[in-house]
Amino acid sequence: MGYSFPEEVLEHVLSFIDSDSDRNSVSLVCKSWHDIERWCRRRLFVGNCYAVSPAIAIRRFPELRSVSLKGKPHFADFNLVPHEWGGYAYPWIAAFAKAYPWLEELRLKRMVVSDEALELIAKKFKNFRVLVMYSCEGFSTDGLATIAANCRNLKELDLSESEVDDVSGNWLSQFPDSYTSLESLNITSLSSEIRFSALERLVGRCPNLKTLKLSHSVPLDLLPNLLQKAPQLVELGSGLHTKEVHPDLYSKLAGAFSGCKGLKRLCGLQDVVPSYLPTLYPICVGLTSLNLSDAPIQCPELIKLVSQCQNLQRLWVLDYIEDTGLNALAESCKDLRELRVFPSDPFGQEPNVSLTEQGLVSVSAGCPKLHSVLYFCRRMSNVALSTIARNRPNLTHFRLCIIERFRPDYITLEPLDVGFGAIVEHCKDLKRLSLSGLLTDRVFEYIGSHGKKLEMLSLAFAGDSDLGLHHVLSGCKSLRKLEIRDCPFGDKALLANAAKLETMRSLWMSACQVSYRACKLLGQKMPRLNVEVIAEQGHPDSSPDEYPVEKLYIYRTVSGPRSDMPSFVWTMDKNSALSSS
Amino acid sequence: MEGAVAYESDLNLKATELRLGLPGSDEAEKEALSGVRNNKRASPDTSDECGSKGSSNGDRENAPATKAQVVGWPPIRSFRKNSFQPKKTEAEAAGMFVKVSMDGAPYLRKIDLKVYKGYPELLQALQHMFKFTIGDYSEREGYKGSEYVPTYEDKDGDWMLVGDVPWDMFMSSCKRLRIMKGSDARGLGCGA
Repeated sequence: MGYSFPEEVLEHVLSFIDSDSDRNSVSLVCKSWHDIERWCRRRLFVGNCYAVSPAIAIRRFPELRSVSLKGKPHFADFNLVPHEWGGYAYPWIAAFAKAYPWLEELRLKRMVVSDEALELIAKKFKNFRVLVMYSCEGFSTDGLATIAANCRNLKELDLSESEVDDVSGNWLSQFPDSYTSLESLNITSLSSEIRFSALERLVGRCPNLKTLKLSHSVPLDLLPNLLQKAPQLVELGSGLHTKEVHPDLYSKLAGAFSGCKGLKRLCGLQDVVPSYLPTLYPICVGLTSLNLSDAPIQCPELIKLVSQCQNLQRLWVLDYIEDTGLNALAESCKDLRELRVFPSDPFGQEPNVSLTEQGLVSVSAGCPKLHSVLYFCRRMSNVALSTIARNRPNLTHFRLCIIERFRPDYITLEPLDVGFGAIVEHCKDLKRLSLSGLLTDRVFEYIGSHGKKLEMLSLAFAGDSDLGLHHVLSGCKSLRKLEIRDCPFGDKALLANAAKLETMRSLWMSACQVSYRACKLLGQKMPRLNVEVIAEQGHPDSSPDEYPVEKLYIYRTVSGPRSDMPSFVWTMDKNSALSSS
Repeated sequence: MEGAVAYESDLNLKATELRLGLPGSDEAEKEALSGVRNNKRASPDTSDECGSKGSSNGDRENAPATKAQVVGWPPIRSFRKNSFQPKKTEAEAAGMFVKVSMDGAPYLRKIDLKVYKGYPELLQALQHMFKFTIGDYSEREGYKGSEYVPTYEDKDGDWMLVGDVPWDMFMSSCKRLRIMKGSDARGLGCGA
């Protein structure tokens, strides 16, 4: 079969194919295509850093330029994954340092990155361009200083939501005067005072700077100067606080904003003084993305702002927007694609704002392109969910969080099974779903029958029995990630659907009813799964086998059990079921 | 489908069900393990906003847990945890307003409990507001002999006689006040 296209032609054709799944398909055609494809693949995405080892990845793809890695399970965002669980970037970076001297991009999510790892990046990759560390931890501003001092071609440095040990703000001054290639800088998570003069000079000498997202410690007085130096900005994030309101500052700021004719995305605005909001009005019409989830702006000002953003596609906002604000949004922003409403007082017992299910219903009716929703509220009804489902069958992401657990339909006091059932039934392309409120096994029956494209499902305090889990595992054909907490799901459903687990990236279960015995059995029978039991209270062997494990993380892997587990994590391997008490 | 059917009938056999405790400790075990799972419907009387599910549902042991903060719930990132509660206006920030109803009166009033230093001032204000008189309070006999008796609803939804508990405790547990007719109040305020 050697008389197909010459290699060079095939390589050229493949250079137009970017998507991972397409490239995977190409590599399955025949051996020679597999071989040609792997030599010319430049980007790799590893959704679970423990699913494959660096050595295996390097062996298959010898010429990568860009790698994305994800570490901890999603529930780590809510403090459910113990500290020191894992997700270390160093072994990967060390292996890449030897194998890919021409590596240009690293995107890490929920990983532990040490200063040593950052130093490797800084010194070993001569053409390094993009470093994104989303929700990472383990490094300090010293590591950043090394990056700044050494990465001559750095285009993008993004530290969104990472926990940085903020030793000093001087690291920014480590970018040499000759360095001018910065295009995107996101340092919102840093809290220490940075040297503003260094920042100003940096911004001034980087003509391609498009994204600038700063921590809220940047004072308002500095902003006009920065904006004047970077009128080409497309994305801006900045606090907007000031102790006093001076008329001079106001007009300077207004002028500076007006000068940023290409500004499309805005975020931050922590501590904004409402009287300064009108400085933003001239740029509102150009905005496609507005993230006000850190800004304590009240409803009337929010309405004024949002009504002018006719081209808005994405809005993240606090529940201060209230139902009236969402009505205004539905009227003004016909291009809206994504809405996230966060709670301003998540732990308050009583609602502090007038935001109900009605706001979401309005937006679902008024915004025909809306496909992604994250909504925190305090009450919901089946009829509202059904209305939303019928209004917006194009929903792909639907995450509803009713703040108080076990809340039934507030009108009928029934469970919300039927409402969520309507969502999965009408929204045929639904990929991601998070449930809340009072839910029985019935909702899982609906999800199993209709959620055929569902890839990620998050459950908490829901369901009655194993049947619920069984419906999901047996029905959701496209399921990749399942995360469950505090649900009465146990051994039966898990063991009956063991094979399904190999078709998924991962399963997280905490505070459920899966016994230690079942974990051992699963580990024994499924060698291509890592069945990890997390037990901070002590070795699970010290309790009877019937006792439920605290937390369970199961994922498929081609690399066997990991070797970096902390003392409170145990992998159930093929020997564990034999060595029971 | 076959598999699902067989599976269902299998689940119904209690004998083979994996139990997580000593035999015989069925319901309590299920409650404890499923955390604060409240299988009973909220009663229609329970107001939407009422955070307290306690005694109205009879799930005594679960009541405290519903109020305690659960790790990782609601599911928000740590940097969003700081409450954004707006600075309230002076009056709201200082006040603790409760509704006051009086039997026979056509509409309710609202008073700010924080304004009063103790029971004597509160009772004086109420008598002034609603133009009635009450006798002296005694621990043993309440407001015996009064035409009207001041009562209040506490956090558990119970109606209590005003004056029984220390003022601070009253302030933090009082949800609303009701001035009852003395004749209706018989039975209240006489010891436990």
